Amino acid sequence: MYLKNFLASSVGQKFLVALTGLGLSGFVLMHMSGNMLLLVGAEAYNKYAHAMITNPLIIPAEIGLVVMFLLHMSVALKINWDNRAARGTGPGRRPSNSDKDARFASRYMVLTGVLTFVFLVLHLISFKYGTYYETELHGEKVRDLYRLVAEEFHKPLFVAWYVFAMLILFAHLAHGFSAVFQTLGLASVRNCTVKKLGWTFAAVVAGGFISQPLYFFFFN
Amino acid sequence: MKLNLKIWRQKGPNDSGKLVDYPVDDVSPDMSFLEMLDILNLKLVHDGVEAIEFDHDCREGICGSCSLNINGNPHGPDTGTATCQLHMRRFKDGDTIVVEPWRAKAFPIIKDLTTDRKAFDRIIAAGGFVSVNTGNAVEANAILIPKHNSEKAMDAAACIGCGACVASCKNSSAMLFVSAKVAHLAYLPQGNPERKMRVRNMVAQMDEEGFGSCSNTGACEAACPKEIKLENIAMLNREMLKALCD
Repeated sequence: MYLKNFLASSVGQKFLVALTGLGLSGFVLMHMSGNMLLLVGAEAYNKYAHAMITNPLIIPAEIGLVVMFLLHMSVALKINWDNRAARGTGPGRRPSNSDKDARFASRYMVLTGVLTFVFLVLHLISFKYGTYYETELHGEKVRDLYRLVAEEFHKPLFVAWYVFAMLILFAHLAHGFSAVFQTLGLASVRNCTVKKLGWTFAAVVAGGFISQPLYFFFFN
Repeated sequence: MKLNLKIWRQKGPNDSGKLVDYPVDDVSPDMSFLEMLDILNLKLVHDGVEAIEFDHDCREGICGSCSLNINGNPHGPDTGTATCQLHMRRFKDGDTIVVEPWRAKAFPIIKDLTTDRKAFDRIIAAGGFVSVNTGNAVEANAILIPKHNSEKAMDAAACIGCGACVASCKNSSAMLFVSAKVAHLAYLPQGNPERKMRVRNMVAQMDEEGFGSCSNTGACEAACPKEIKLENIAMLNREMLKALCD
């Protein structure tokens, strides 16, 4: 009864977005760390990719991810819809004093979120459902994902778009990761450590992802 | 000082309203912003034009009656002050100043710059109180309250319910107001018996009034004339979670 009311309330819905956001943050961190093997070499990366593809837990994990993504996006968009309805009409100027204005990252979470989703769809098309190359690894035929990644990361436009998308992800995470603490009631978003944690997390994830295409484009 | 004022005029709740230019001269830098509007109103009445309606009462920053979006800043460009504490010396000769009412669906405009903020009263009525049903007031020192808690409670209690938090929020969220009221009582032993019921009912009323929800942008904190902190919203969220299990 209370749980139902809680989830229907504005506080409860934010809670859902925060929890799923935290789960997705964990995913991007793991995805970035795993992909760092791209910098090690073809064999290491393909071995890792093969282990991931053939892992029996990959399907339930993917289902979990899709559920988290859908919940995160649908509840956030619903909240945004309600928030827009709560606004007043009229010109309503933006503050002329920067002390009274909110930061970019916090004001444009929906925009950066939607852009990240567009990136995600294109990302899945170009890699997960991209060209299927094969290679041999310890006498076994495995997918040569490294070759596909290397090919894509040598296209200038692809790299530019990829870096841009990661900067957008950075903005989304910098606000989102620290806001999680506030929404879950753990600590204030104004807390210095929480703020630093948000920026650091975003910088590590986005920085890691950006280093991969740049490495291929310039050094490999 | 000479100023070009652009003031929102709206005949009633159903009028669409528009910004009207009012050039004024002979503005003293020592006038308060509201005194400047008073002088303008005197001139308008003298000229047979209907005076501009705006809310005000104590004019010393404690009642929460005054409002006004001044160049998009709720309560003007200064931080930690209400509109009534703003003085014309804050502006330069020849400035254009845009004056608008609070903008939020839950604060419908009554006329010109006045808005209906009764939604806040209904939120307080839903739980922002401590029930004392009988007897005399107890000896104040009989209930021990840690210094840290009494300070936090007093900081939250400084909220004057003006609605600047709603006006500054891109979502027109009332969460800073509600969280200040919830935190104020949650820090004190007197607020303890009703704390779960309080937070549930106040949040439910807040949602029913049509306020938006928090995006943690912190605009409310910057606009608040009483500098109510964002950490109160974290406390509100925590109180809601605690109220889940009864």
